[in-house]
Amino acid sequence: MSARAMPTLADRAAVAGRVLLAVFGGYAVAALATALLALILPGPRAEAVSAGTLASFAIMAGAVIWVFAARTLGRAAVVLGLTALLLIGALWLAGAFAHGAGA
Amino acid sequence: MAWLHTWSGLVVGWVLFAIFVTGTASYYRTDISHWMRPELSATALDPAAAATRAGAFLRRTMPDAAGWSIKLPSAETPAVEVYWWPHLDGPFHRALLDPATGEPARVRDTRGGDFLYRFHFELSLPPIWGRWIVSACAMVLLIALISGIVTHRRIFADFFTFRRDRSAQRGWLDAHNVVGVLALPFHLMIVYTGLVTLSATLMPWGVKAVYGDDVLRYYAEAGLATPGAAPAGGPGTPLPLGAIVARAAAAGGEVPEVMLVTQPGDAGATVTAYFEEPHGLAHLHPQIAYAADTGTEIARVGEAGAATRTGAVMAGLHEAHFAAAPLRLLFFLCGAMGAAAVASGLVLWTVARAPKGADPAGFGLRLVRFLNLGTIAGLPVGLAAYLLANRLLPDGLEARADWEVRAFFAAWAAAALAASLYPRQRAWALALAVPGCAFLAIPLVDAVLVGQQRFLAFDAAMGAVGVTLGLGSRLAARRKPAAARPATASLSRTVEA
Repeated sequence: MSARAMPTLADRAAVAGRVLLAVFGGYAVAALATALLALILPGPRAEAVSAGTLASFAIMAGAVIWVFAARTLGRAAVVLGLTALLLIGALWLAGAFAHGAGA
Repeated sequence: MAWLHTWSGLVVGWVLFAIFVTGTASYYRTDISHWMRPELSATALDPAAAATRAGAFLRRTMPDAAGWSIKLPSAETPAVEVYWWPHLDGPFHRALLDPATGEPARVRDTRGGDFLYRFHFELSLPPIWGRWIVSACAMVLLIALISGIVTHRRIFADFFTFRRDRSAQRGWLDAHNVVGVLALPFHLMIVYTGLVTLSATLMPWGVKAVYGDDVLRYYAEAGLATPGAAPAGGPGTPLPLGAIVARAAAAGGEVPEVMLVTQPGDAGATVTAYFEEPHGLAHLHPQIAYAADTGTEIARVGEAGAATRTGAVMAGLHEAHFAAAPLRLLFFLCGAMGAAAVASGLVLWTVARAPKGADPAGFGLRLVRFLNLGTIAGLPVGLAAYLLANRLLPDGLEARADWEVRAFFAAWAAAALAASLYPRQRAWALALAVPGCAFLAIPLVDAVLVGQQRFLAFDAAMGAVGVTLGLGSRLAARRKPAAARPATASLSRTVEA
């Protein structure tokens, strides 16, 4: 917080980008991970759903911290995007997109 | 990470302060409700007869409802609280019935402690909006806590550091660290468990992935609810509710807390008896479902597994229903420290950016100062006004409960606006003196208008809040230089209930 120089427009855009990435990217990763955990965790399926849901907020918090800790916005975006893609792939393998999944 | 902590904390700080204060007050929600309904006093009760009368009232009021809920009278709350709703997504109507007559109780119209409780997670906005906003603030707080911990490499040493007289900024930083770190386990627990209590709204994707839209099935399989019954079509001939209460009391070993009637106008109507949570941390109510027409048992709630039970324990920790008086007081103090951590953080932001010498304060700084005064000193004025309005508004006033809520917001807004007009040097002293006087007025007004012995403790607590705010005001007045030391200690008590 010391020696505050006037931030440039690029700095501001980078911060805004991180905020947006943290909010939407963080939530998306958490939602995908929760759905995946609910489908693949062992034990009764209701238990898997409960466990996945409980973990979801920690996952989101971790993703958000990562977005702000990454060296550049681009790096944060790429890693988060890849994670989301992997999760989508795993969900597809777990059959989440087959119509009428589960129930 | 320091800037993340600073700015994320600032952006949601004012809402968080209100969430902490009203949530902390909600630990004493039933006490507040009792105080606000002085007409109700404990009497000998027959819960079964009261349930039958309440059922008759509801059948007259909305026979084709999607559901009714009847909270049976107890020694603690001697009235019957009923809700009814035409659809699962509301609107939810509510009435307080006299258990002896089954008619609306002759008691002043008020929302009692429930207003503060709901404000805590809905902010008096449409529920969905309120919950998402509160949850977003909670997530930001979680991030601020994590980044705050990362910021502190010397967290243990900070524990014992309070450089009160070094400089204003040091003092505020240390105050922020002390209340933040001292209750850190509580802060982390309360924010995470708070998110978990709203997880059905926030994070439905696990349920969606496995159960599709059949949420009720998840609840049934997880051991959170009894399975629902399909409507039979056509009207039924239900037993009097009292008969089912008697059966449930025999089967469950105690009088149930709440009776929930699903599809009361249908032949397939079910009545679910909810029992008090058994001793322990988990927020899991035993339930037995009965057919409304024959009174035969349909289902019992299953045993919750480890993960579901963990979630229930989290909800239980958040609400602290399990806590007896001493532990509840500890929770209350921790909540107050949460409010103080938020407040001291907000003030610290302005102190750290105070212009040197005669430089004018920029717009941002003035805005934050205004919001700080308006929230930290304004909200207690609103709380005091809410309680005072309960005593002062005439009983017969149309929509009286709404007027109490209006008094809360009007007083808060007026206090905030007034605070913006105070001279800067004396702003905090004045802004804290106003709620201090308002809280001191509560026991006096209560003594004159109601004057019941059982409210002595509550009135004393209100007086204590008033005195604490007054002390804070004096402390702020004494520190003239930077005018930057309105006692944090006082903030930690502004919330008393």
